[in-house]
Amino acid sequence: MVNFGGWDMPVEYSGIISEHLAARTAAGLFDVSHMGEIEIRGPRALDLVQTVTCNNAAKLAIGQAQYSGLMTSQGTFVDDLLVHKVSDTHYFLCVNASNQDKDFEHIRSHNKFGAEVENAGARYTQLAIQGPKALGILQRFTNVPLDPIKYYRFTFGKMNGVDCLIARTGYTGEDGFEIYFSPEHSEKMWFDLFEAGKPDGLLPCGLGARNTLRLEAGMCLYGHEIDDTTTTWEANLGWICKLDKGDFLGRDLLARQKERGVERLLVGFEMQERLIARDGCPVFVAGREAGRVTSGSPAPFLKKNIGMAYVPASMSAPGTPIHVAIRNNQAAARIVETPFYKRPK
Amino acid sequence: MYPSDFRYTKEHEWIKVTGDTGTVGITDYAQHELGDVVFVELPKVGAKFNASQSFGTVESVKAVSEIYSPASGDVVETNTALADAPETINKDPHGAAWMIKIRLTNPKELSNLMDAAAYQAYIVEKEKEASA
Repeated sequence: MVNFGGWDMPVEYSGIISEHLAARTAAGLFDVSHMGEIEIRGPRALDLVQTVTCNNAAKLAIGQAQYSGLMTSQGTFVDDLLVHKVSDTHYFLCVNASNQDKDFEHIRSHNKFGAEVENAGARYTQLAIQGPKALGILQRFTNVPLDPIKYYRFTFGKMNGVDCLIARTGYTGEDGFEIYFSPEHSEKMWFDLFEAGKPDGLLPCGLGARNTLRLEAGMCLYGHEIDDTTTTWEANLGWICKLDKGDFLGRDLLARQKERGVERLLVGFEMQERLIARDGCPVFVAGREAGRVTSGSPAPFLKKNIGMAYVPASMSAPGTPIHVAIRNNQAAARIVETPFYKRPK
Repeated sequence: MYPSDFRYTKEHEWIKVTGDTGTVGITDYAQHELGDVVFVELPKVGAKFNASQSFGTVESVKAVSEIYSPASGDVVETNTALADAPETINKDPHGAAWMIKIRLTNPKELSNLMDAAAYQAYIVEKEKEASA
């Protein structure tokens, strides 16, 4: 068990590799109750969401979710998050555990819209069930037809007799669901899903597999790829930054940086030798130290050693050779396209 | 669980001595703490190490760990099979996953190491600390 944002969480249950492979080939069950929830309500709830985030929440239909960034006035990340539109006057945000209180204060400090902002983390348990068998396992617990819920859509319904927000979202690169419900049902829900999924090869997954799965899927982790010094453009997250949606925090700086171009860019790389790049290892491009590995790990499904790092934008093209300092070695690596892993459709 | 003819270090290596040669590996406790081992880096035959000096590296998916020599000596053989099958370290840490054999240059050092009973007691303490 490790302490993670104040939560005692297992790094692994049966082993990171078996858990990772279960999520890719069958199903993985993740207790992600540590994730924070912030709810914004009121006639001008959308205005507040639009002010503090960089994606265009006005485009959301009711029952739709979007990946977004909670921005500083400098156009850097306070956090990354999922914005769910529950109704025209109610938005449900899922944020990182360790950022929840900071996020809440940040949103509140920009609330010129009379919206009600609730730090609601204590009211929710979140479980993620991910992988090709996730839908089939979950469907046994609900009358809500799950297949019609499209990717990044959600609905409300009973799951195992418990009122849930049921979202087709995840952090693994697989199909799957994240469900949010009242914490008193946590244990029963966990064990019932676990027992039901066992014959299908479902395994409980810890923080270790959560990290390797998201890394293979090329997804950012706050505090690693993104933080309050990185911008959307640098992090290759331009697709969640909508300058034309109207004003929002950091928009001017982001617009200027877009025009000027970025100096550094987040890329994925693959080791060309057996050494494993780890978080913090220095990265060399064209013989010069360019930065540090933001995340580095063996990729259990791809059976490669992969990582992400910031490199000079002028030398960020896929195929570019780089070196990673690992102990006393300058280990060869190559910039590759991300995501490293894409699930078969 | 922990063979009685091995001696153990506080860093969770074991050594089995036959004549003037010691066979070295990491303990079951160590492999369990590391989790799935995916990489091991061992020294070359002929390399010399002092007791408690790092002679290699073992990496799991989640962590990197140095391996320390339980005693001073010269490496006479390494387990080259581990390079292609590092998972052997999880499966058979006290047997097939031995790492190096050293010719002992100061066998008296062995008396500084724990026997199986002392090591067993030591890891019980470790586990208590971890769950406290």
